[in-house]
Amino acid sequence: MNKHFVHRYIPNTAPGIREKMLKEIGISDVEQIYNEIPEKIRFKGKLDIPAEQLSELEVLKQVKTILIKNKTIENSLSFLGAGCWPHYVPALCDEISGRSEFLTAYAGLEATDLGRYQALFEFQSMMGDLFAMDVVGAPVYDGLSASGDAILMAAKITGRRELLVPETISYDRLLVLKVYSEPWLSIIKVKSRRNTGELDLNDLKTKITNNTAAVFIENPTYLGVIESQCKDIAHIAHDYGALLVAFVNPISLGILTPPGEFGADIACAEGQPLGNHISCGGAMLGILACHDEKRFVSAIPSFLITITKTSVKGEYAFSWHTAFDEKWERIVFTARDKAKSFTGTSSALWAINAAVYMALLGPKGFRQIGEVNIQKSYYAIKCLSKIGGIKVPLFSSMHFNEFTVNFDRTGKTVEEINKALLKRGIMGGKDISKEFPEFGNTAIYCVTEIHSKEDIDRLTKALKEVIQ
Amino acid sequence: MNNLIKKKKIGLIVNPFAGIGGRVGLKGSDGIETVKKAIELGAVSLAPERAVIALKRFSILQKEIELYTYPYEMGEDEAKDSGFINPIVIGTILKGETTPEDTKKAALKMAKCGVELLLFVGGDGTARDIYNAIDSKVPVLGIPAGVKIHSSVFAITPQHAGDLVEKFIKKDLPLCAKEVMDIDENLFRKGKISAQLYGYMNVPFERKLIQGAKSRSSFSTNKVREIAQFIVNNMGEEYYYILSTGTTVKAIGDILRIDKTLLGVDLIYKKKLIGKDLNEKDLLKFIVGKRVKIIVTVIGGQGYIFGRGNQQISPQIIRMVGKKNLIVIATQDKLISLGRSLLVDTGESECDKYLSGYIKVITGYNEESIWKVEC
Amino acid sequence: MSINRSKRNEFENIETGYQAVRWHEPVIYELNRKGMENQIIPLAEKEIRMEVGDILSCIPAKIQRTSLPELPELSEPEIFRHYLRLSQQTFGFDSGINIGLGTCTMKYSPKINELLTRLPEFTNVHPLQDEETIQGILEIMYKLRNWLCELSGMDEFSFQPRGGAHGVYANACIIRAYHFSRGDIKRNEIITCAVSHPCNAGCPAAAGFKVITLYPDKDGDIGVEVLKAAVSERTAGIMLTAPYDTGVFDSKLVEYVRIIHDAGGLVCLDQANFNGVMTKLRAGDIGADLMHFNLHKTFSTPHGSLGPGTGAIGANKKLKKFLPIPVVEYNGSKYHLNYNLSDSIGKVGAFNGVIHNVIKTYAWILSMGAKGLQEASEWAVINNNYLIKKLLEIPGVEIAWPNRRKLQEARFTLKKLKEDTGIGSADFNERIIDYGIQSYFESHEPMIIPEPVTPEPGESVTKEDIDRFVEVFRQVSKEAYTNPEVVKTAPHRCSIHKIDPEPLENPKKWAMTWRVYLKKHE
Repeated sequence: MNKHFVHRYIPNTAPGIREKMLKEIGISDVEQIYNEIPEKIRFKGKLDIPAEQLSELEVLKQVKTILIKNKTIENSLSFLGAGCWPHYVPALCDEISGRSEFLTAYAGLEATDLGRYQALFEFQSMMGDLFAMDVVGAPVYDGLSASGDAILMAAKITGRRELLVPETISYDRLLVLKVYSEPWLSIIKVKSRRNTGELDLNDLKTKITNNTAAVFIENPTYLGVIESQCKDIAHIAHDYGALLVAFVNPISLGILTPPGEFGADIACAEGQPLGNHISCGGAMLGILACHDEKRFVSAIPSFLITITKTSVKGEYAFSWHTAFDEKWERIVFTARDKAKSFTGTSSALWAINAAVYMALLGPKGFRQIGEVNIQKSYYAIKCLSKIGGIKVPLFSSMHFNEFTVNFDRTGKTVEEINKALLKRGIMGGKDISKEFPEFGNTAIYCVTEIHSKEDIDRLTKALKEVIQ
Repeated sequence: MNNLIKKKKIGLIVNPFAGIGGRVGLKGSDGIETVKKAIELGAVSLAPERAVIALKRFSILQKEIELYTYPYEMGEDEAKDSGFINPIVIGTILKGETTPEDTKKAALKMAKCGVELLLFVGGDGTARDIYNAIDSKVPVLGIPAGVKIHSSVFAITPQHAGDLVEKFIKKDLPLCAKEVMDIDENLFRKGKISAQLYGYMNVPFERKLIQGAKSRSSFSTNKVREIAQFIVNNMGEEYYYILSTGTTVKAIGDILRIDKTLLGVDLIYKKKLIGKDLNEKDLLKFIVGKRVKIIVTVIGGQGYIFGRGNQQISPQIIRMVGKKNLIVIATQDKLISLGRSLLVDTGESECDKYLSGYIKVITGYNEESIWKVEC
Repeated sequence: MSINRSKRNEFENIETGYQAVRWHEPVIYELNRKGMENQIIPLAEKEIRMEVGDILSCIPAKIQRTSLPELPELSEPEIFRHYLRLSQQTFGFDSGINIGLGTCTMKYSPKINELLTRLPEFTNVHPLQDEETIQGILEIMYKLRNWLCELSGMDEFSFQPRGGAHGVYANACIIRAYHFSRGDIKRNEIITCAVSHPCNAGCPAAAGFKVITLYPDKDGDIGVEVLKAAVSERTAGIMLTAPYDTGVFDSKLVEYVRIIHDAGGLVCLDQANFNGVMTKLRAGDIGADLMHFNLHKTFSTPHGSLGPGTGAIGANKKLKKFLPIPVVEYNGSKYHLNYNLSDSIGKVGAFNGVIHNVIKTYAWILSMGAKGLQEASEWAVINNNYLIKKLLEIPGVEIAWPNRRKLQEARFTLKKLKEDTGIGSADFNERIIDYGIQSYFESHEPMIIPEPVTPEPGESVTKEDIDRFVEVFRQVSKEAYTNPEVVKTAPHRCSIHKIDPEPLENPKKWAMTWRVYLKKHE
């Protein structure tokens, strides 16, 4: 053991300390502690990891050199969305979530960590206003796992075994739902109307039964369509005793009916658009919301931060909801084979960004951002539809943020088009021709408030050239 | 202002002779004769001192409660020694010559006064007396002062009891049915220990709430019902089920809407009650030649699954049914509180040995544990 | 009171005059300034608005929001001040002594790593970009994958799970998929133990398994006989945390691996506590089929107020084809995302996980070097054993399984203190924070040790920090024996006072949102 090893992140490596502490413990060598690990399984080899520590400057240089190999949506014009959306991140968000207290806190008591509890309570509250729902949990991992949690809630609450999803559901979401639902639910797809892209209510009516735990819908859908029939779908679901689970886009909730008002029992969402950088899909947060009823509250897997009082009059505190009431537990226990779920460390820091974002925007800000997103995306739709060979969008409904662009009549695949666009410094929309072969050569284009008129005009021009 | 806040009514009964035999080598203290003998041997009762330890833990809250108690050494003295200024003393006794009858009268009187929690200081005998008087009508909490306590209605220590009362005063606590065990003290003194399930009384408890938890995995706190639901959902049509004693097994009856005998053994077939409170002979008549399973739980604080209230399930029946058809059910909390293996005392050492080893215990819905069984 | 400034971190007496920031900061809704607007983004360009016209009215009326959401309206400086104040009332790792938070592995999160993940070359990358354009990210993912394979002895990694429990869940799903793929559908049981992290029981349950929980014996191990009794032809696998959350390293671990494998099951090691054995032990060497690391624990990425985390899951050769897609590969010149794993379970979460943590871990390993990783673990166990020695000198404090040497953390019990004074672990915890240190972690469920205390110093703390932590414990123990009321009514000097738990459990009173609070309380 090199006793002179000193490291900036390990203060006790300063000379002289090790001996003192070992003496206090009553041993001469740290190996005596590791004797707890049986000799034959002790690793004695050499690890193929850089042996020497690097100085901070070297770390910065090395990592930055690798990172600048990336192209970004700043130096390239990008129209990618499909699960991670490029919205403007106000400066306040990074300032607040960069505060080391928020950044490095974890699991302290309510009294030491009042700030993070309150921030998360405010996150829950503001999300509740956006959703028009009364119970919102602390965030889960991301919108996909939130979708998984939501359907498990429905399984727990109803005790039933079938889940209905739209056939145009996000491909990644379906993969995650399959994993989560495997032991508890079977998934049945409901057709969409080919012309509007909305759910086919007639098909829904034929497929829903008394064994349906939930009808799962997306609004807007994966393909960008605004599902206008949400209230009707809710009625159909409720007629059969099934729950309506709705996945929504929080950015759209300034202008679209929130899930609490169209009859959703459980709502889930991806919170990344609210004040979080796209960061290669790293800054995601899953949102779960439900009614303030015992059967829902006991089924929601998220931590639920709850406001309470203290021994001092007028003082607020925030803590975890703890379900412990023997009497009402019995009402809740209806399911035969109660579906189980789990939770843990998830996405609090990103939720703090979202809280700051929601506060900054306020009611009018959400209306405005919804408006601007629709205006810009429809400007793009109009421009692109003038290009020969392109059908945009595939569906006649109104869209939010994203829309399908079909290239069948150009004779080119989406892959070819995207590669050509890339040469012009443009990242085209997500290629969904493998996910949905029934839609042919189609891509999902995303236009948000960050795209300027010049950006959209540039895309139009480039596509025209590429298609010729 | 204080009159507007509803004060909780708490009763206190001290059995002044509980535990008096222990230190002088006498087992138990039933009966005037035994007591007189003990006093002759220089014994001093443990009960008053234990009572004071417990009472002191919540005497600071005396303004928030009404403390009902019996005269002199049956509670009044101990209350005053603990700092209670105005205990409400009811009833009459002959100082220095109290009997179990006084304990029973005291319990009845306090129940009539509307006491919400009855504290009693004593041993298994005291618990039995109170149970005989008021059944499970009033929640109770035992402060241990007996020689060896078999009943679960007692707190682990007087300090624990005092702390629990303090919490009870501040907020409503849930109740749990706990066993009252019957010990034939004559047999006990002759070295033949045999505690039997006598009854159940309701005891408040506090589930430890973990602060700052960063992970949750289980969402049912009503584990007993969960276990029972799992059993019911997995019951085979072709099996007869012998349901042993105890509240965890009774929960199975609740789900099947059957009036399961709490203190006796019932028989179920195709989810219907076939026989109620059966003895060994009755059981044998039903089960010979059939496919049978036995469902047992832990009785009492010592961890017995056989021998403390279910002797009807005799060694012969156990052998006939077979160890692999034995289903043991208990909550994790219960197992952890035992802090040791499960025990069997079927009355036949061969059968005890047969049951010893490791056994699966069903602790929830699709949740199990492995526990050691010893004799 | 006077202060002796010559002794670093030590003052003449335990008192420092600590008072946590106490702003009595209202809930943001109470600061509402009706009509306030913050111009964060501009209107769409005039030409766009003219071109699309009143496009909003084209949205079907039945799906249009009819009234604005009732969000608070505040100006930017008010919002900033509000959240700044909340951050000041939060005790992060950097704020002070966090030795108490066992199983969390609190350690210093280097700020250079924060700088790196704020670079626009990362924050402005979209996960669905053409692979040609994200070679930098893929390179870091791939290189980290290599290093983690080295450290763990496993053959492939995925960073998709966004937390430890998420990783354990993914592993449980892989076990499920493995047995299904072999047509072995009767294997529906997972064995775990009560001193592993509770997600080792909860996650397999969520994945549909029956869970068999074993309990440690008097030596802190599970024991071979008990495991044999639990194993059957229905055993799908075992999920164990090694070392345990109690700091005990199960001496028979290798035996268990053999027993499970012989029975046809898989072995999954939860390596959340890797800090205790880093560079000294590799899961793959013992025969583990699956495992996971918590990048936000051992690997220094910040805890973020409860996330984001990363449960990096590792698989051996046999199981790597079941990992969630995509997996990063390298053909010698280019990095590539492979979505075509033949038996992949699919996805457990979005995209490739929390890439921030991948980059930060990569940078941290560069900063530490192999030697540094070794020293980190050594210092974690030295600091912990030093802490144990000193804490046990305090009246009322005892340790569980005293005959076992502990590695990175230990579980203490205040059972004696509770019996002597009536002060238990929960009350004790609320008082130590009055002395300006973070609270401790009691224990996960099930609580097999009464009145538990589980601290974990980690390697980033100073000797003086540990001494100070011990002094605070000594002081509060003294108070418990001489003046228990002050402990029972604590905290006194923190941002809030003792909380009333009743609204948390009472459906008529609980409120998870401000709107409900107003409904129920005003």
